[in-house]
Amino acid sequence: MPELTPPSLEIEDHDGIISIKAGGIWLVQTLAARGCINGLLSQLTTVSPKAVSPSAVPAREVHWDLSAITRMDHLGAQFFWNFWGKRRPQHLLLGAGEDALFDRLHHLGDVHLPQPAKSRLAFFYAFGKGMFRFLEHVLGFIRLIGQLSLDMIRLLQNPLQGPWREVSAHVFHAGAQALGITALVGFLIGVVLSYLSSQQLRLFGADIYIVNILGMSIIRELGPLLAAILVAGRSGSAITAQLGVMRVTEELDAMLVMGIPHGFRLILPRVLALAVAMPLIVVWTDMMALTGGMLSAMNTLGLSPGFFIDTLPQVVKLPNLWLGEAKGVVFGMLIALTACHFGLRIEPNTTSLGQGTTASVVASITIVIIADAIFAILFKGVGI
Amino acid sequence: MQKPPENIIEIRGLWTVFGDFVVHRDLDLDVESGEIISIVGGSGSGKTTLLRQMIGLEQPTRGSVRIFGEPMENADHRQRLEARKRWGMLFQQGALFSALTVFENIALPLRELRTLPEDLISDLVMLKLDMVRLKPSDANKLPSDLSGGMIKRVALARALALEPELLFLDEPTAGLDPESCESFVLLIRALHRALGLTIVMVTHDLDTLFELTTRVAVLADQHVIANAPVKEVIALPHQFVKQFFLGERGQRAMEVLREYPFIV
Ligand SMILES: Nc1ncnc2c1ncn2[C@@H]1O[C@H](COP(=O)(O)OP(=O)(O)O)[C@@H](O)[C@H]1O
Ligand SMILES: [Mg+2]
Repeated sequence: MPELTPPSLEIEDHDGIISIKAGGIWLVQTLAARGCINGLLSQLTTVSPKAVSPSAVPAREVHWDLSAITRMDHLGAQFFWNFWGKRRPQHLLLGAGEDALFDRLHHLGDVHLPQPAKSRLAFFYAFGKGMFRFLEHVLGFIRLIGQLSLDMIRLLQNPLQGPWREVSAHVFHAGAQALGITALVGFLIGVVLSYLSSQQLRLFGADIYIVNILGMSIIRELGPLLAAILVAGRSGSAITAQLGVMRVTEELDAMLVMGIPHGFRLILPRVLALAVAMPLIVVWTDMMALTGGMLSAMNTLGLSPGFFIDTLPQVVKLPNLWLGEAKGVVFGMLIALTACHFGLRIEPNTTSLGQGTTASVVASITIVIIADAIFAILFKGVGI
Repeated sequence: MQKPPENIIEIRGLWTVFGDFVVHRDLDLDVESGEIISIVGGSGSGKTTLLRQMIGLEQPTRGSVRIFGEPMENADHRQRLEARKRWGMLFQQGALFSALTVFENIALPLRELRTLPEDLISDLVMLKLDMVRLKPSDANKLPSDLSGGMIKRVALARALALEPELLFLDEPTAGLDPESCESFVLLIRALHRALGLTIVMVTHDLDTLFELTTRVAVLADQHVIANAPVKEVIALPHQFVKQFFLGERGQRAMEVLREYPFIV
């Protein structure tokens, strides 16, 4: 690229008349050089701040000569224009083609970006808006559950017409493809839990109670919760993003126009798929966590795997397993519903997509933990 | 002042090969300063690919692309950045940043320079908005609140933000209703006159082609079979040309030629 002559100003003072001669190339490329504009401005103001300042009445005559400028674009013109206070100075000499630039600026006049008025009550407005938004979320969620119930009834009346293909695809994505990560996390948590507990138990000589502790906590609580958190992060975010992109690309609208309801074809299959896949993932996570705990117990306490496996069914009663499975079904449905709720509310722009996906994951994990607490209260007498 | 090179774009011996599928075979193309050139060709003939190669988004398999007399293939990173400030691109879907308002979209390339004062940027943005015939009140809207024609106008204003000498348009009027299409074409023509731009565009729309272009480059059989004013191209005895210009669609658009014979 050939070097461009930078813009320059030559300021002379003859018998009380200031003449300012501009030369060089006044293009974005040259003016955007570091310090260029500030340099020009300080050059203009240091020489005669009074004379050229737009607000004061010019005390001395200023003659502008821009005819030596080789090339100028709107940025260069705007620079002068702003300096002149958005009008032409009295004594101005322009080069060829520069007239049109200033004409355009003159014609445009003084337009500003309209600023939205800021109220002093803005905080209260924001608070009120937040409350209404929360209420709206709650109402929307209830409506979603209602719609889901109606769709379930429709499915039961006419099971052959159900969206089974979608269901199986989602079972594969949310279930089969999650086996690896849930196994890894479950196994490691089992190892850590077993290691920490066995250290304490050994102090009391109560080594064999490791089976009780691991069995109860993993099957009843940790397995379902771990699986739910992983699935919420994995599939919940995917569902929200999927629906959000469908909104952006107007696919959601296209479906409505073709008479394909969102509830029956988008929400129902996802909810069903997670309701089927989650309990299976829970069993899988339980198994992996117990294996990890068992191996760790063998290592630290010298408990044989055979003993562990024999003792487990005696100390953990069967209802605990059913409770864990029921949690899996409920958590799965809640995750799918939350993800769909947020996905359908995404507006067609990238920020909303990002915020919606984040909000969806945070909300579904929170909801799952709340539901877990409710389970703990409702079933406090079961299986213990 | 040094004179700008006659040929703003010079493509020599360009090959594009995807796998074993040859899109361009030994293609040459020149674009002169100040002209509006349209690249036409059948679907899949490699128009978009060629445009992307000109602006450096893709590398040709072989051959050279010179823009402003500079070979792009062995330019270093800084030179490329400098060169990119000298052209603007209007993407087919507008490619506006959906999280930013109209004002911020147009201001973005100016702000990215990181040296211009904010009040100057603001004035320039309002000027660009006016140039593309948008109202100051549109400045605070988000792209999702705009109609198709307005999106194209904002995208055009953004492409013009850095005062480019060269403008690339990919299907500028595709997806616009006839009225917006017409006014967009008039707008481009006015800007071309006012700013002395060189414009390279890809288009399928014959009306746009006849109303705007000074030259047409026809892409067929993997290279440029003609690069001439519309009148001469129409006379070519090539299968694609006949089908493209002299089909029923072409006949209708030709009416424009009779109405405005001064264009060609
Ligand atoms: N990245 C790519 N990989 C493989 N093939 C491609 C790629 N980009 C484009 N093509 C092929 O090159 C051909 C030209 O594409 P394109 O330039 O988009 O055509 P046009 O815009 O003229 O319709 C098409 O057949 C397309 O399938
Ligand atoms: Mg294309």
